[in-house]
Amino acid sequence: MDRDGERIEITISSRFENIELVQVIAEHLCENAGMDEDGSHWIGMAVREAVANAIKHGNKLDIRKKVNATFELRGFDLEIRISDEGEGFDPEKVSDPLNPQNLMKTSGRGIFYMKTFMDQIRYSFNTGGGTMLLMTKNLAKGSGIASSKA
Amino acid sequence: MKATSRDVNGVEIVKLEGKITIGSGDSQLREVIGNAISAGKNKILLDMSGVTTIDSSGIGELVGSYTTVANRGGKLKLLHLPAKLNELLHVTQLITVFEVYENEAEALASF
Repeated sequence: MDRDGERIEITISSRFENIELVQVIAEHLCENAGMDEDGSHWIGMAVREAVANAIKHGNKLDIRKKVNATFELRGFDLEIRISDEGEGFDPEKVSDPLNPQNLMKTSGRGIFYMKTFMDQIRYSFNTGGGTMLLMTKNLAKGSGIASSKA
Repeated sequence: MKATSRDVNGVEIVKLEGKITIGSGDSQLREVIGNAISAGKNKILLDMSGVTTIDSSGIGELVGSYTTVANRGGKLKLLHLPAKLNELLHVTQLITVFEVYENEAEALASF
């Protein structure tokens, strides 16, 4: 694990076209740390969803507001933090997309995908505004997609 | 995202290529389906083989497209799902909603 201790940080303005920049960093970091291509892809997808939420629901597409992403690798443990400057939300009120009543909804799957592809996700909210999402993944565990976890 | 359509025996086959992601292909997909519906097409087969990236917004647009077509008495089915899109539909159980085909002739015969 020659990438142990690696730390990468990027700050972007709230534009959808910047999402891919952050996603690519995540995927390259994972691949360089020895994660297979599929596993790196799914982590990149979790990051994509997190940044999209930060831009759309957090910063409400205000390009003056920033989204910050940090990636830290300790051994095989990857910690990803995505922060925005929005007003926050109640994670308990996010509906379950697997509930039959929600199955045909056109939105509401982003957090579900993050939970599926990462080991753990946790939101925290600053009293002065701003949301921080912490996502963790042990890269030694494989791709981690739900269907292959079973 | 690029979309090219052809009519085969009354079925509109739409080949999608590129990304269906937030702020990009998602709105284009809605427009493609809207145009097909406006042109009186209600049997739609989406060829997904050229889709390189899809996110939850793109998945949401697929669901919305399915509902739009179904509400007009039509059917929307999927052809040639890339492996990763297949996984995304499985984990969200949407694979139980869509009819998915690997063979175009079989898909056409199913309408």
